[in-house]
Amino acid sequence: MTADVAPAPPVAGAKQRAHPVARLIWTRTALGLVTLFVVSILIFAATQLLPGNAATAVLGHNASASAVRTLQLRLGLNKPPATQYWDWLSGVLSGRLGTSLANGQSVWGLVGPRLLNSFVLVVLAGFIGAFIGVGLGLFAAIRRDKPVDHALSVGALAVTSLPEFVVAIFLVIIFSTVLLHVLPGVSPLESNSGALKPWQAPKELVLPVAALVVVIVPYIFRMMRAATIEAMESEYVEMAQLNGLSRVRVLLRYAFPNAIAPTIQVIGLNFLYLAGGIVLVEFVFDYPGIGQGLVNAVADRDIPQIQFIVLVLTAFYIFMNILTDVVTLMATPRRRVPR
Amino acid sequence: MTAPAPAPAVPAPAAPRIRRREWLHILTRAARTPRGMVGLGLALVVVLIAVIGPFVVSYPPLAFVTVPGSPPSAKFPLGSDILGRDVLSRVLDGGWQLLLMATGAMIIGVVLGTAAGIAAAQLRGWRDGLIMRTVDVILAFPQLVFALLLVSILGPARWLLVLAVGISHVPQVARVMRAAALDVSERDFVKAVEITGVRQSKVMSGEILPNLITPLMVETGLRLTYSIVIITGLSFIGFGLQPPAPNWGYMINENRIILTSNPWAVVAPAILIAILTVGLNLFTDAIARVALGIERAEKIIAEAAGTGIVSEIPA
Repeated sequence: MTADVAPAPPVAGAKQRAHPVARLIWTRTALGLVTLFVVSILIFAATQLLPGNAATAVLGHNASASAVRTLQLRLGLNKPPATQYWDWLSGVLSGRLGTSLANGQSVWGLVGPRLLNSFVLVVLAGFIGAFIGVGLGLFAAIRRDKPVDHALSVGALAVTSLPEFVVAIFLVIIFSTVLLHVLPGVSPLESNSGALKPWQAPKELVLPVAALVVVIVPYIFRMMRAATIEAMESEYVEMAQLNGLSRVRVLLRYAFPNAIAPTIQVIGLNFLYLAGGIVLVEFVFDYPGIGQGLVNAVADRDIPQIQFIVLVLTAFYIFMNILTDVVTLMATPRRRVPR
Repeated sequence: MTAPAPAPAVPAPAAPRIRRREWLHILTRAARTPRGMVGLGLALVVVLIAVIGPFVVSYPPLAFVTVPGSPPSAKFPLGSDILGRDVLSRVLDGGWQLLLMATGAMIIGVVLGTAAGIAAAQLRGWRDGLIMRTVDVILAFPQLVFALLLVSILGPARWLLVLAVGISHVPQVARVMRAAALDVSERDFVKAVEITGVRQSKVMSGEILPNLITPLMVETGLRLTYSIVIITGLSFIGFGLQPPAPNWGYMINENRIILTSNPWAVVAPAILIAILTVGLNLFTDAIARVALGIERAEKIIAEAAGTGIVSEIPA
């Protein structure tokens, strides 16, 4: 179950103990599952078991006693808390997610298509942002202290920490309403029919993806630039330069591999950020992903939907955290050696 | 008119021997860097608008005074909003609550996070594990989602929002402070005090905390910025401050529909939020650069990303 079970893969340097990467994956996965379990309890407790009554919260204080009773029975609020939790968890694990309180449709039917839409958004924004950030960071580091570098750095500074919904609104103002009318400001994708897949309407993806990219690029850019500059000032790069290697070769073969490790970590952190960042961006563009679904569900106090969406987002968060650590470790050879 | 202030010609005297107020020293040095000056200036402008604004409104912010969505005019410099209320008055009155709430959330996050981080570092062993694993559970939630989850059933009460956002900061702060405190607690003077049998709580507050000024200041700046981002974001989707009272977040949302007839109803609050967060971020940046040096500061800010997770800020 835990740390000591992984058999050592036959890798040079690993003796009798498990390879550090394998060990890391095992321990982090085990710890991640425990965290996810505790998180699921927290989600459940926050939505269903809080003092005050979930049924009253859903129906409002003016609801008739019989309506409250009916909903209580439907949510199983009359059972002991542990039983309620077990019913919910076993339901989630076996794919029985129950039905929405808002419209009676199955939760999976409502959330499933949204998951795909959000996935497309996160993957596109994450990878495009990573490429732009790494590329610009490398470029600025080569042109260090030249006008281009200063311009890029000031630009990154100005955009860092802008709230994503403010960026999204400015994009709408510039590209789809006040100044220009070149791109659609809201998405025509349908949330539950799933008739239109996001990649069938690429134009609708441009602005939501752009908003997220604008938010994540400055961080990746700044880390890549700082790490590249640090590598360029190191002794091994100086040595390589003194040996008369070409600039490109020094940069790509010696500086880049050492600069990319911390940057990968930041890229991973930005994927984590996207799990929360999609909420507001999807809301602005009416993009039918789970972020918009969560906002709607919270507005409707649709407990089964809230529980499931938050569980999915936290699971993604925990998984991405592990993946980031593993990839960062793989990209840092000196930390891979067993201690 | 002329007022040739002679003072700034003389630079501050060299660093004083004993820096009793190190935080003040770092602040003033940060404020003198170009980046810090611009950042502080931008943030102060917005804070001033938010604080003085409510006293200088020309119309009651809730009153319907003209045709909905009318463009700027002499009587209504920023036009009117979707219900025909004066945009300028609503902008002037719509910031102070956001600022108060963000400050409250920042204080809760920094205080609880610092306490947790120092305690984990100093107590070591199973208590360290318990504290950090507990904190990791909260870390699994995107901050906005964590706040939404709590608000979904308890309702969007203001104190609850502040508490939710504050608690969502705790993991990040605790991680940073733990790493820094571990470093400090290894030093000889802490060991020496421990040997004399002083209580652990006193060691933490009297010996370790005063040596964590730098990470504490950087964290304060970062958490304030992110508090504003999250609270305006929650208000934007309607779960923060409740209408009809004006607030910059919700104003952007409700006036989106009249974007073509009076864009100022959206642009004005959006620009204020943007200037405030960018200004605070620049100033935090300046603090980190002054206290830690440029290279480290760059990495820390980059790591903070939208997730706010910073692995280490040296003490």
